[in-house]
Order: sequence, then structure tokens, then C-alpha cells
Amino acid sequence: MLKAMLGEAWRAMGANRLRTALTMLGMVIGVGAVVMMMAIGQGAQYAVAQTISTMGSNLYMLISGSTNAGGLRSGGGGGPSLKVADAEAIAELAGVSRVAPLHYGRQQLVHGANNWNATVVGTTPAYFDARSWSVSSGYPFSDSDVRSATRVALIGQTTADNLFGSDDPVGKTIRIQQSPFLVIGVLGKKGQNLDGRDQDDTVVIPLSTAQRKVFGTPFQGSVRLVMVQAASAEEMPAVERRMIDLLRQRHRLRDGQDNDFYVRNLTAAADSAAETTRVMSLLLGAIASVSLLVGGIGIMNIMLVSVTERTREIGIRMAVGARQRDILSQFLLEALIISVAGCLIGLLLGVAGALLVNAITDMVIVISGGSVLVAFGVAAGIGIFFGFYPARRAAALDPIDALRHQ
Amino acid sequence: MSSPLIRTLGLGKSYDTAAGPFPALMGVDLDIDAGEFVAIMGQSGSGKSTFMNLLGCLDTPSSGDYFLVGRNVGHLGQDELASLRNRSIGFVFQGFNLLQRMTLADNVALPLVYAGVDREQRRQRAQQELARVGLAAYAESLPSRISGGQQQRVAIARALVNAPQLILADEPTGNLDSHTSEEIMRLFAALNGQGMTIVLVTHEADIAACARRQVRFLDGRIVSDVATPAEVLDEC
Ligand SMILES: Nc1ncnc2c1ncn2[C@@H]1O[C@H](COP(=O)(O)OP(=O)(O)OP(=O)(O)O)[C@@H](O)[C@H]1O
Ligand SMILES: [Mg+2]
Repeated sequence: MLKAMLGEAWRAMGANRLRTALTMLGMVIGVGAVVMMMAIGQGAQYAVAQTISTMGSNLYMLISGSTNAGGLRSGGGGGPSLKVADAEAIAELAGVSRVAPLHYGRQQLVHGANNWNATVVGTTPAYFDARSWSVSSGYPFSDSDVRSATRVALIGQTTADNLFGSDDPVGKTIRIQQSPFLVIGVLGKKGQNLDGRDQDDTVVIPLSTAQRKVFGTPFQGSVRLVMVQAASAEEMPAVERRMIDLLRQRHRLRDGQDNDFYVRNLTAAADSAAETTRVMSLLLGAIASVSLLVGGIGIMNIMLVSVTERTREIGIRMAVGARQRDILSQFLLEALIISVAGCLIGLLLGVAGALLVNAITDMVIVISGGSVLVAFGVAAGIGIFFGFYPARRAAALDPIDALRHQ
Repeated sequence: MSSPLIRTLGLGKSYDTAAGPFPALMGVDLDIDAGEFVAIMGQSGSGKSTFMNLLGCLDTPSSGDYFLVGRNVGHLGQDELASLRNRSIGFVFQGFNLLQRMTLADNVALPLVYAGVDREQRRQRAQQELARVGLAAYAESLPSRISGGQQQRVAIARALVNAPQLILADEPTGNLDSHTSEEIMRLFAALNGQGMTIVLVTHEADIAACARRQVRFLDGRIVSDVATPAEVLDEC
């Protein structure tokens, strides 16, 4: 019976190939759009999640106000407002697990005949832990390196590739501002940060060495940034309050006077980036779904036309013994075949489209079994939903009225 | 014999028209036994088709009762009526009513699809019925490729395929020339000879002469019901 009905549906659809194909096209476009948009949306979410996982958790960034930055008054007569001593004081606060003061800037690096421009970061060993940054070969510098201002460096993957090519950098020497630095380790790969900057294009050296040999700031003991890691997400608001109170007190700011530093909650910024991509991918999906709906309405439209055109056929079938449910399932099956076949083709095109987008823009795409399943279920649902009304109209026809038609 | 194959009691049908209900059939009483060959005659608009549609369970009466093999058809639901059309009645139309997209074999097998017969059996029985009407060679042709007379024979094969108790034919020769009409009538006569009950509507006396009994309608009522004289019957 089902085989006979499938053959019948095939014949009916074959009788009007162009119309069947165009009806199917509505579904193809709808499903294709949904699959592609979901792949792109989920890809964006994945990329952001990936980036956030490289950032380190529960982080605050304290940014010095300085005379150069404008707008903020600096404490202590010019230069960055945050001091290494501030960082040490913050480290004593309850709920703070790690504090890393850092100074940074772009510098020219030289190794043999190779030249490379990278961000040089001067900091303390706490930096690696706060950012959960592993060392892929060699070892990190220690607090004693910071105390004695040794000339050692850890370099990021991008910097390593550009200065050393395929050679192992560990044990080699690079020059920064004429000073030789011994490369003692290579950092693990992190990729881009939320602003799209390559985090691996960096050299990390002890803070004291950086201040003396590289940046040569007149304000020894001042830093541009202090990275603070709270012990847990729950403690972050309390830690933020304590830090601000402490810094205002240490900087002798009176009530009503503005902070001479910025506090940036990196974790909150990451959360909002994640939320933004989530909303964006939802929006993409919703817009694509509209075309799926339009495809469904197209099916309904054509099925209604088909029922009217084939009223006499329905009459003949009823005259030879077709029951209402036979007619109902015949038309429902046709709608279902159109929508499911359209869905399959749309699925292929959607995946192909997503791969194409990935190939030409290197946007991350994620095609999950879930989204494919959802698209399939929705297509079948649309076939049944929009096919049901025309099919029921066909089944409810009176045999004699149907036979008299035209 | 216990009960007749067909019994109508005061059967009436009125159509809803713009000018109010129009009575097309009024109180028709008729018994037809198994094995009979009945011609229904009467001028245009006398209610013949209306009556046939009721007998064929294609339409429902406005009044009166219709018993088919002792069952009151008026008490049956949609599915049971469909089942009667499928198993007990073979209907032959003036306009053949074949499905143009299907091969002749598939057309003939159509009632078997709704009877739940499997594919192989359907093919066999369709082939058998096509052979019975002399069209075995055309099984895979489409209806548009054969003549009107041949199409009507295919329609008869379709009516026969589910071994019904009754063949109803509303002006089966109405669209055919006289030579082809005679062929179709010979086919009906042969089927009746094999014991099939046949009720057919015709305008033409020489067609009606092939039937053994002639019922005449006028303005929705039966006005005469006679056996065909033996000498006339022989001419057919
Ligand atoms: N669906 C309908 N709606 C309204 N009136 C109808 C309908 N069908 C038939 N009639 C009317 O009922 C009467 C009987 O019609 P019917 O078709 O039964 O006649 P008939 O004897 O078969 O005529 P013919 O020889 O022309 O086929 C006619 O007057 C016709 O106009
Ligand atoms: Mg008529």
C-alpha cells in the first residue's frame, strides 16, 4: 500500500515537474538558509568561547591613568599612576589569588640576521598563572629572576616562528634595545584575543629587567597595567570594591575626586561578547526561519492548486473505493515528499554554503548533528502542517460532487 | 430466493438549487435480483443518473431506503460506503473516467490498491481482466493512446477487477459510435451470461433490447417495468 502510494506521489509530482521543482526550491532555500546561518552563528559562538578560554578566569585589569592618556589626573607628579607597590598591596587583599603588574610596548627584536617587531611584556611569574598560560618548551622565569633583573625571555609562538623559523629558540639569544636576552622558554599557543589581536606575537621578560633595560622609564616602580585574579567568580564584586578603596587610599584621593586608574572587568567583557554572539546567532536563525515558513506556505499553495486540479481524479478514486483517509494520506505524502526532499537538498546546499564561507573568509563554522536534526524535523513538520489543510479538503470532498467537477 | 440483490423503498432525492429544493427522484420502489440484466430508460432529466448514483453509493438519498444485499445502505458510514463501492459495486461511466497518467494495467488495478491487495496479485488480476475484455496487449499503454471503445472496455475491466456483485453503467455507450456500442453491449451480455448482475442506463431502444428487463423513468418516477420480448432479445 505504501509503495503504491509512493509510486502514485512520484507520478503526480512527475506530471508537473517544473511546479514540483519550484515548490521544492522554496524548501531548499529555507532549509539551506537555516543550516548555513546556524553553522555561522554557532561557529561565531564557538570562536568566542575559544578565545575566552585562553584569557584566564575571574580577571580584572587595572589600567594606569597617566598624563599622556589625558582626562585623568595622575598622582605623584606625572607618569603612570599605578606602582609595583600598589600591586603588592592588592595581593594582600582578601579574595585576591594572583596579582601581576605589567609594563609593555612594541619593540624591535633581533636574532642573527632576523628582525621582528613584537609586544614586549615585562611582568612577574604570577602573570603566567593568572592567564593560565603554559610553557610549551623550556621553563618560565622565577621571582628571583625578577629580583635580580636577569635578561631572560619567554617568547610566543608567532614570535618564535618569525625569528627562529623551524629552529628551537630555547637556549638562543635575542636582542632587545641592544641588550641580549637568553630565551629560556616558548609559550603555548593562544590565538586571537577578543579584540582580534594575536596573543602569540609577544615576548615576556621580568618586570625589573624591562624597566631598566627596555623601556627605560624615568618612573621606576610605575607600571601601565596590573592584572588581578580573584579567587572565585562570586568574590569578584567584593574584590573590585576592596581594590578601589585600597588604591584611592594609597593614592590619597579625596572624596569627590576621580579615580586616577581604570578598572576593567575582563570576565564581564568576555561574557558580554559571548552574549552578543549568542543573540546574533539567534537572530540569524530567526531570519532564516522566515524563509522556511515562506517555503511551507508555498507548499500549501501548490497543494491547494493540486487538489482543485485533481478533483475529478479524487472523485474517480472515491468511486472505486478510496476512503477519506486514503485520499488524505495520498496528498499528505506528496507534501511530505516535497518538503523532505527539499530539506535534503537544502541541507547539502546549506553545508556547502557554510564550507564556502569558511573557505573564503576563514570564519569559524560549526555544523552540529543537532542543527541538522532540527532542520529535518522542522521540514517534516512543515510538510505535515502545511500539507494537512489541502489534504483534508481533498478527503472531505463528496464523491459525486468530485466526479461532476468540470 | 431470500432477499433481492437490490431493493429500493420509496427512494427520493431532491437537489438544492437556487430556486429551492428540486425533486429529481420521487418514491422509487424497485427490486433487482442477482443475475438480472436491467436497462433503465427515459427521457433526459427523468432522474436516471440520479437513481444510478444512489444505487452506486456515490450519493445519498433524501428520503426512502436502499437495501443492498439486505443491508440498509442509509445506515452506513463513509468508510463502509467506500468499502461497498470497492468490493460490491463496479461503476461504469459515460465518460470512461480513467486516470490519464496511469497505464491501463494500473487503472484496472486501482480498486485493488484500496482493497489492500499486494502488488503481484494486483498485476496478475489486472492482466486477467484486461484479457477478459480483449486488451491484454495494451497493459502498459496510457489511456490517451487507445480509442474510446477500448477505453470503455478498460473501464469495464476496472469495474470487474474486485469481483463485485453488481455492475452499474450510466450510458456506457453514450460517447461511442453504433458499431463500438454493439461491441460493448455484447461484452455486457457475455458478462451477464456468466452470472453478473448488470444495470445500465441508455437512451437507445436497440441497446436496451440487449437487456432482459426494461425500466422506464419519467419525471423522477418509474412508469413502466417490462421483460424484453424473447424475439427482440435474440436480435442482440
Ligand atoms: N447536482 C444537481 N443539482 C441540481 N439539479 C440537478 C443535479 N443533478 C441533476 N439535477 C436535476 O435533476 C433532474 C434529473 O437529473 P438526472 O441527471 O438524474 O437526469 P437523467 O435522467 O440522467 O438525464 P440525462 O438523460 O440527460 O442524463 C434534472 O432535471 C436535473 O436538472
Ligand atoms: Mg444522466
